[in-house]
Amino acid sequence: MANSTTAKAKAAQPASMMPVIAPALGWLIPGAGHIIQKRWIRGALLLVSIGTLFVLGLMMQGHIYKPNGGDILDILGFIGDLGAGGMYIVTLAVNGGQGAIAFAIADYGTKFMIVAGLLNFIAVADAYHIAIGKKQ
Amino acid sequence: MTVQLTHFSAAFVFALFASIVFGITHRETTRDMVRYGLYCFAMFLGGALLAGWAMWLVRR
Repeated sequence: MANSTTAKAKAAQPASMMPVIAPALGWLIPGAGHIIQKRWIRGALLLVSIGTLFVLGLMMQGHIYKPNGGDILDILGFIGDLGAGGMYIVTLAVNGGQGAIAFAIADYGTKFMIVAGLLNFIAVADAYHIAIGKKQ
Repeated sequence: MTVQLTHFSAAFVFALFASIVFGITHRETTRDMVRYGLYCFAMFLGGALLAGWAMWLVRR
């Protein structure tokens, strides 16, 4: 009885768009998926952490991967970079990160940007879990 | 503008920011987030230092 009442109450609630909006916004701007759900500090920390890693990677003259169908490592690099969302799009638009990886620090920079994208994928999944109520 | 980090400072920055994200995304409560973040940071940096010393020993 109680279960059916709860189920009816849940069904009566309007469907929220948050499980779609939060991950999409979180992908575009790191941490925004948390901020839109009023997790201010977590969102700010994610924005600073992922944003700093990506920008440092660029400043270390790291290479950014474009969509490609060549070497498997290049494809994986592109997938990692893509996770950075808006930062990746802006970097491509201004033609940044196009240097050759000529020294060790530039290679670190390339990895910094890939890791920033991969960390943002994790942050997006976390924002989704908050939106569906799986996590507080 | 370019940045020239040393190998250690690059490892430090990487460990710091990756640990913050891991802490936030992998735990539920604030206390657990901080603890897990510190644990990840120690593992990242400790692992890099250990690997460095191991390579130094192999080289000798």
